[in-house]
Amino acid sequence: MSAWVDTDTKLVVQGLTGREGTFHALAARAYGTQVVAGVTPGKGGSTVEGIPVFNSVAEAVKKTGANASMVFVPPSACADAIMEAADAGVALIVAITEGIPVNDMIRAKAFLARPECRAANGEKPRLIGPNCPGIIRPSAKVKIGIMPARIHKPGFVGVVSRSGTLTYEAVGQTTALGFGQSTCIGIGGDPINGTDFIDTLTLFRDDPETQAVIMIGEIGGSAEEEAAAWIRTSLKKPVVSFIAGRTAPPGRRMGHAGAIISGGKGTAAEKVKALKEAGVHVADSPALMGETLKKILPGR
Amino acid sequence: MKVHEYQAKEILRGYGVPTPRGRVTDSPEEAGRMAKEFGGRAVVKAQIHAGGRGKGGGVKLARTPDEAVEHSKKIIGMQLVTHQTGPEGRRVKKVLVEEALDIARELYAGITLDRAIGRPVLMVSAQGGMEIEEVAAKDPAAIVKEPFDVAWGLQPYQARKLAYALGLSGDTHKKACAFFVALAKAYVETDASLAEINPLLVTGQGDVLALDAKMNFDDNALFRHPNIKEYRDLDEEDPLEVEASKFDLNYIKLDGNVGCMVNGAGLAMSTMDIIQYAGGKPANFLDVGGGANEEQVKNAMRILLSDRNVKAVLINIFGGIMRCDIIATGVVNAVKEIGIAVPVVVRLEGTNVEEGKAILKNSGLAIIPADGMKDAAEKVIASLGGGK
Repeated sequence: MSAWVDTDTKLVVQGLTGREGTFHALAARAYGTQVVAGVTPGKGGSTVEGIPVFNSVAEAVKKTGANASMVFVPPSACADAIMEAADAGVALIVAITEGIPVNDMIRAKAFLARPECRAANGEKPRLIGPNCPGIIRPSAKVKIGIMPARIHKPGFVGVVSRSGTLTYEAVGQTTALGFGQSTCIGIGGDPINGTDFIDTLTLFRDDPETQAVIMIGEIGGSAEEEAAAWIRTSLKKPVVSFIAGRTAPPGRRMGHAGAIISGGKGTAAEKVKALKEAGVHVADSPALMGETLKKILPGR
Repeated sequence: MKVHEYQAKEILRGYGVPTPRGRVTDSPEEAGRMAKEFGGRAVVKAQIHAGGRGKGGGVKLARTPDEAVEHSKKIIGMQLVTHQTGPEGRRVKKVLVEEALDIARELYAGITLDRAIGRPVLMVSAQGGMEIEEVAAKDPAAIVKEPFDVAWGLQPYQARKLAYALGLSGDTHKKACAFFVALAKAYVETDASLAEINPLLVTGQGDVLALDAKMNFDDNALFRHPNIKEYRDLDEEDPLEVEASKFDLNYIKLDGNVGCMVNGAGLAMSTMDIIQYAGGKPANFLDVGGGANEEQVKNAMRILLSDRNVKAVLINIFGGIMRCDIIATGVVNAVKEIGIAVPVVVRLEGTNVEEGKAILKNSGLAIIPADGMKDAAEKVIASLGGGK
């Protein structure tokens, strides 16, 4: 599939009646996303600004044909909400919530990976996040997430990041240069996530709208190294990267649950090295992501 | 969250993981009585969160109860310096007094999350006593790994595989298997992020025990473990970090001179990076989060300025959801209330940025505005009167 969200994306918001849920559901609708339903157990039958609320995702899907979900459920119940969405046949589940226990996410991910777990369209359900800003595709006017719509502009740069605010930084820079974005995806700052760099890079490879990629990583884990190996063999489009945390002390969790150098592994230096060896143009400063891209694009 | 060795052992015993007999105390006389109870010979171990206690003189073998008293007198109250404490060391408040056992072999067992496969993995090695990172670097083949599923735990066949890999046989093999299964159960059920037994002891009688134990826990899961949450020892944490946590601020103290306040973890980390790139040194990591209010901004300023090393401040906000005018008001009020003697550079971007900039400009305060991250970093370094 060359796009994960399109004009036919119909969104159900799990946790719609909460403060964050309401705020971001309305912002998504104002941007152009079809927000067709909300789910809050016990509040079925009510509405939020004209959006009908259901007691379960299954009911919301049945009544409204929702095929994507944005999850704002609190951390202690969020893994359950993700599994409920998958069981209801939702094809794309975007989990914004920060602070889900690791063991809960391991279970939710295993649940989604079962062969019998299929979305209504017959494909495997895709989870983006948790602890992420979500996904936005300016050309289709679809946003599922908490990113500020205003800074985006339809264009050709695919942006993928483990960090929310750094994604906005890359978006701001590419908008200022007139490049715009094809799709921006935050894969989240947790150690266990549904969609990784390689999934997203595969999407960008197959997406005709995407002509260049900005990939933003950070310390912790080895997802950037794995992505570098994949880029080397499988991606011809130009890639610019930035890795946050060159100055981070080892053994400390830098805000994100997944941003930690442990046992000397997961350093920025290792990641930068792997990416450079794969032909990726690594910006030394987060202020230079856009400029680095401009330098390598002939005629722009 | 980290806990002390004696607390980790308490938790592990609850899951049937064998440990030496022992108790914790802050009294040397009590330590002597315990040694007597254990037959005269005992090990006195300083209880601090950092590793490397033995090399720093925080672990001593007492051959008599009197020696246990002597050792305890020296250890309790000492500033114990190890490779993990920094040069200032950590004050020892308590010692764990344990029976001294007859050591036949020292092995290693540890469980942590393997992020690449998304499952916990139990690692064992015959080279107990050595740090596992060191073993991994020198002789990776010496480490045998067994990933297991959180839903059904470590299976007996997996435990057998590990015990055979360690060359154990007979009764000791059986005891090691039971040990591994219990350790895995403790790891999953307590939502641990690390359970490390180093050394894992095999005694001359063939018993298998946790001679040392280190456990860390998933902060996000502590809500369902109130008993473990009780083990938090604030004396083991930086006082400014403890203060910040009261206001839901994510603050980590570093040793540079440029304080920073940022929204978002990734941006906060890269703000530290860009300060260094511009020739300075970050004094802290501080993420005020996506929805910070005026009060939080004020507290954040107060906390980062209580670090005496801070000679300049960089505020870097990309307000997506957060409105720049609210941040600006918070900064202005904080500066007015606290009074700031160091230069403050502010970079604002995002929602209501013009209003935010106007508030800063019209405040009459000596706040240095910046455009973009690069400009901000350069201006803050320039304000120090140095750098490149």
